[in-house]
Amino acid sequence: MHFSFQNIIFLLVAVAGFGLFIWQAQKIRANILVGRDRDMSGNVNERLWKTLLVAFGQQKMFKRLTPAFLHLIVYVGFIVINIEVIEILIDGIFGTHRVLGFMGPLYSALTGTNEVLGALVILAVAAFWWRRNGSVVRRFTGPEMRAWPRMDANVILYIEVILMVALFMMNTADLKMHQLEGKDLPGAFPVSSLLTGLFPDSVTALHVLERVGWWAHIVGILLFLNYLPSSKHFHIIMAFPNVYFSRLMPQGQFSNVDSITHEVKAMMDPTYQVPTPPVSEGAEAAPTSFGAKDVNDLAWTNLLNAYSCTECGRCTSVCPANLTGKLLSPRKIIMDTRDRMEEKYNSPLIFNPNLYGKEAKHDPQEQLDKENHTLLRGYVTPEELWACTTCNACVEACPVNINPLESIIEMRRFLVLEESAAPNSLNVMFSNIENNGAPWAFSPSDRFNWADELYVTDKAGATA
Amino acid sequence: MADLAARGETPEILFWVGCAGAFDDRYKRVTRAFVRILEHVGVNYAVLGMEESCTGDPAKRAGNEFLFQMQAMQNITTLNGYGIKKVVTACPHCFNTIKNEYPALGGEYEVIHHSTFLQQLINEGKVKAEGGESFKGRRITFHDSCYLGRANNIYEAPRAVLEVLDADLLEMKRCKTNGLCCGAGGAQMWKEPEPGKKDINVERAEEALATLDGDADVLLNLQGVESTAPVLPAGSNRGGSVIAVACPFCMTMMADGVKNKERESDVQVFDLAELIASAEGLNA
Ligand code: SF4
Ligand code: SF4
Repeated sequence: MHFSFQNIIFLLVAVAGFGLFIWQAQKIRANILVGRDRDMSGNVNERLWKTLLVAFGQQKMFKRLTPAFLHLIVYVGFIVINIEVIEILIDGIFGTHRVLGFMGPLYSALTGTNEVLGALVILAVAAFWWRRNGSVVRRFTGPEMRAWPRMDANVILYIEVILMVALFMMNTADLKMHQLEGKDLPGAFPVSSLLTGLFPDSVTALHVLERVGWWAHIVGILLFLNYLPSSKHFHIIMAFPNVYFSRLMPQGQFSNVDSITHEVKAMMDPTYQVPTPPVSEGAEAAPTSFGAKDVNDLAWTNLLNAYSCTECGRCTSVCPANLTGKLLSPRKIIMDTRDRMEEKYNSPLIFNPNLYGKEAKHDPQEQLDKENHTLLRGYVTPEELWACTTCNACVEACPVNINPLESIIEMRRFLVLEESAAPNSLNVMFSNIENNGAPWAFSPSDRFNWADELYVTDKAGATA
Repeated sequence: MADLAARGETPEILFWVGCAGAFDDRYKRVTRAFVRILEHVGVNYAVLGMEESCTGDPAKRAGNEFLFQMQAMQNITTLNGYGIKKVVTACPHCFNTIKNEYPALGGEYEVIHHSTFLQQLINEGKVKAEGGESFKGRRITFHDSCYLGRANNIYEAPRAVLEVLDADLLEMKRCKTNGLCCGAGGAQMWKEPEPGKKDINVERAEEALATLDGDADVLLNLQGVESTAPVLPAGSNRGGSVIAVACPFCMTMMADGVKNKERESDVQVFDLAELIASAEGLNA
């Protein structure tokens, strides 16, 4: 161990890197917490099990085999290679060199796996790059894949390659340096040992290369960490809480609006006492508005969804409305939610919708001042919302258990309950239900006519 | 139901007919087919008749929570008033709403979709699909309803029901969890679709037809098949291929889609209950 100037610099860089990340994460946490409260406590075992399967186990990725396989390489590679980061951190702070080398065969297994995975990651990233830019995978296109999401997807791939190249540069230089000096380097290097021929024969040059690789790798990781909050790649962190807090009830079950329950009960039974929610001294009772007009009207879980979205478009590619050319894209609803949050509240370091110009689509019909520039209408148009068949295909498809349907229904509720802005034919349906007890204009007294043609009408139950 | 109650009886099951089952001319045939099956197996059942009202499903999906809850409370009052414990319905939307959304409003029942109910009758040996029309050699493909499948994880029951028919069962490319919506859910049934390239039901009908047409030679043979057994309900095409459904909305949408493709002459849309009633010789 020799403490040097390098260690001090490293310590500063590392503290700055992690500190900045925590600061950014706090902003995002604050954004999510503007959402409406929703109790997601309890069912811990069931939730943990689901997290294990869906988030750690990538269960839902395996609906599509090619990307599942490529993704698995990068995912496992990411985890295993990060074990090496622990060593890098210790080495960096204490001036040690390959401090975990004492583990002998275990260390060799670790470094060996690392190298193989590193090489596979480069191949997988190349395949991903081709899928995005060369081949035509329909779900990677679409109007919501605007300038930033497009660039973001590629930036991630480039960073991953740079990190891997740095890793191999460090290992190869280190290996060759030791070979030239006739010393033994702990660990196994199946890939780097093939590359030594490409490196210079001077020990000094190799030392410099090893240091450059080492620094590029760790600084790259810290930069990557701080790029995440601006990126769809934030899902590598958020997927876990998102799956943990995802719904456990049947997909067909829509949330119950308690405030309406009280109103309806009071209407049906005048003696019904509406329980008053505890309002603290001096505070005003929460204004009752139904449904969601802006991001803060959504539940916090819906906002958490928006930060977990990988923009993979699996939801949109199975959406019957989108498939048949309608404007609705569940991915866009989720991306809009995130953009709107970052426009209205905090934005991360790099991506700031306010700086990148408003990419959001305004409804040309309505002159929207800044006040009315909300999620609904400012980003999501009623036309999109009314195209949804509530089929749950998007929910089923999402690899990280995002539920675009919940947000769609909340916005429909706002349109109907606050603005009475449903399409006219739906208003007709509503009044039919109200007046006739059926969505069609039939008289309730005809409800039993089907039995007229039945050969048995004498059974007690079948005759009214 | 009121009659039963007057005599102080409570039925074993309540058959929830649903608005489509009560008013839609096509789906009334399904209601009758299901009632014939209930009579045939001798289940002690009742219907609410004029006391039944819309479950509120279309209102809720369209965002009208207020109207939904009004409907729900009204129906719950009726059901609880009669002491109903078990509800069977042929409509996945009624099924989902009563099963999943009524409990929060005070309506707790054992709710069964007719596909599961038919599967139980088959398992108990009460329905054997004998003595009626034979489906041997005919092609049937099942269209998964979103509110049965993805919404409530019922994929096997309708398939188990079709299996007793001894027909050639074919799966569409998009089936089970990957099924494609008929286009009518979420209150779409009551409005024009938003502008797009195509209507959803046409897309789905094309897929069903492609599956049934898998091999043109086989299909030609099938069209010539004569059946002496009791025929399917009026307008039935003996020997043709069948798109089986388990939902009134899917029924309407798939039938319209088949019509759009001008294939009504050789492909028909039937509900599970109709197919079983037909196989049991119950279509009087
Ligand atoms: S639930 Fe709505 S948004 Fe989701 S796939 Fe179905 S139609 Fe599309
Ligand atoms: S919501 Fe889910 S399926 Fe859709 S783009 Fe985001 S991560 Fe992919």
